[in-house]
Amino acid sequence: MATASPREVPTDQANDKRLKILEATMKRHQYRADALIEVLHKAQELYGHLTEDRLLAIAHSLHLPPSRVYGVATFYHFFSLTPQGEHSCTVCLGTACYVKGAMELLAALEAESGLRAGSTSADRKLSLLTARCLGACGIAPAVIVDGNVTGHADPEVMRARVRALLDEE
Amino acid sequence: MAARTLTINGTLISARSNETVLEAAREAGISIPTLCHLDGLSEVGACRLCLVEIAGSPKLQPACHTTVTEGMEVQTDTPRLKAHRRAIVELLFAERNHICAVCVASGHCELQQLAVEVGMSHVRYEYLSPDCSVDISHARFGIDHNRCVLCTRCVRACDEVEGVHTWDIAGRGTNARLITDLNVPWGEATSCTSCGKCLLACPTGAIFSRGSTVAELERDASRIATIVAARNERW
Ligand code: SF4
Ligand code: SF4
Ligand code: FES
Ligand code: FES
Repeated sequence: MATASPREVPTDQANDKRLKILEATMKRHQYRADALIEVLHKAQELYGHLTEDRLLAIAHSLHLPPSRVYGVATFYHFFSLTPQGEHSCTVCLGTACYVKGAMELLAALEAESGLRAGSTSADRKLSLLTARCLGACGIAPAVIVDGNVTGHADPEVMRARVRALLDEE
Repeated sequence: MAARTLTINGTLISARSNETVLEAAREAGISIPTLCHLDGLSEVGACRLCLVEIAGSPKLQPACHTTVTEGMEVQTDTPRLKAHRRAIVELLFAERNHICAVCVASGHCELQQLAVEVGMSHVRYEYLSPDCSVDISHARFGIDHNRCVLCTRCVRACDEVEGVHTWDIAGRGTNARLITDLNVPWGEATSCTSCGKCLLACPTGAIFSRGSTVAELERDASRIATIVAARNERW
């Protein structure tokens, strides 16, 4: 596979390293409770998603109640408690994109992939996600596929891209 | 403490400078409906039932969360406010599955009482009828999410009075749900001391003591304020 993301190598060694980075991030913030969001960001970035064990460890380190950490982690769309797909396709539903037909675009991609916005295919190939304004309103409607922004996204072209990602060996 | 003079519904009132409009009104014998406010707990201004009109401000302000100022002119019971309050109560009913006829708190429920106060004869909004669970894993208490209005009184009572913070809210919008610890069943939440303060604070039948049946749950939410006041005296 050409585009293995970091989260695809869960060897003990890699795990160790990620733990160290996470620990360093918390230390840099002096284990302050108000650094929770930064720490969750780092954990999500390192692991691709937030496991319950990880959330509990963060709660202990920052001396926060587990329910508070869970509440914050589930409030923001950025954080995910379930593993994300190998590929991701994020459709912007911000005002500008909405006006330029983002809903029809999303409906086309949902139909093509058989996924509902916010979910990941059973084979973990693709996550179909939504966002509120990517800061690219000038090229609305905007879609991000694996980190690359496409402007003036055309439903048929995007459909084909999504199909290609799903069919990839 | 400096005094402030203001009018509420045209009546001249004096209040202490650090008081909220809600406190000043209550002292003057004017009642303003509330739900998320509970004496003894911090204010979150979440339910918006206590909204009042203040002359000079186009926006409605929550009485529980607005400090009095000199010369303030407050209206608490205009047709506009009444319409908003009724709409808020209807929305609360439409959001979950409130079936008073089979509820432990029926007759002692603040939400039910509010519906009577605002004259809610029926609900004009479509019921969301969400799929909500009932958790009776705790040895002494249970929580029925069908009846929760997300006021966070339990969250604050547990955090601020018991000093524990077992509860919080997970998710957002219509998916928001009350959770204990890391979204585990309440009975497995190791932080809970089984003190029962959340049960005292809950305005509806959402948190109940196990073994109580329909209309049997009577409790006195003012005991939270009594506990807080007693503590303040001691320290
Ligand atoms: S019983 Fe006490 S400790 Fe347990 S959740 Fe309720 S308020 Fe918190
Ligand atoms: S359980 Fe009761 S006190 Fe807690 S948020 Fe729901 S309605 Fe409010
Ligand atoms: S609304 Fe889509 S980028 Fe701003
Ligand atoms: S009582 Fe003031 S906002 Fe709920």
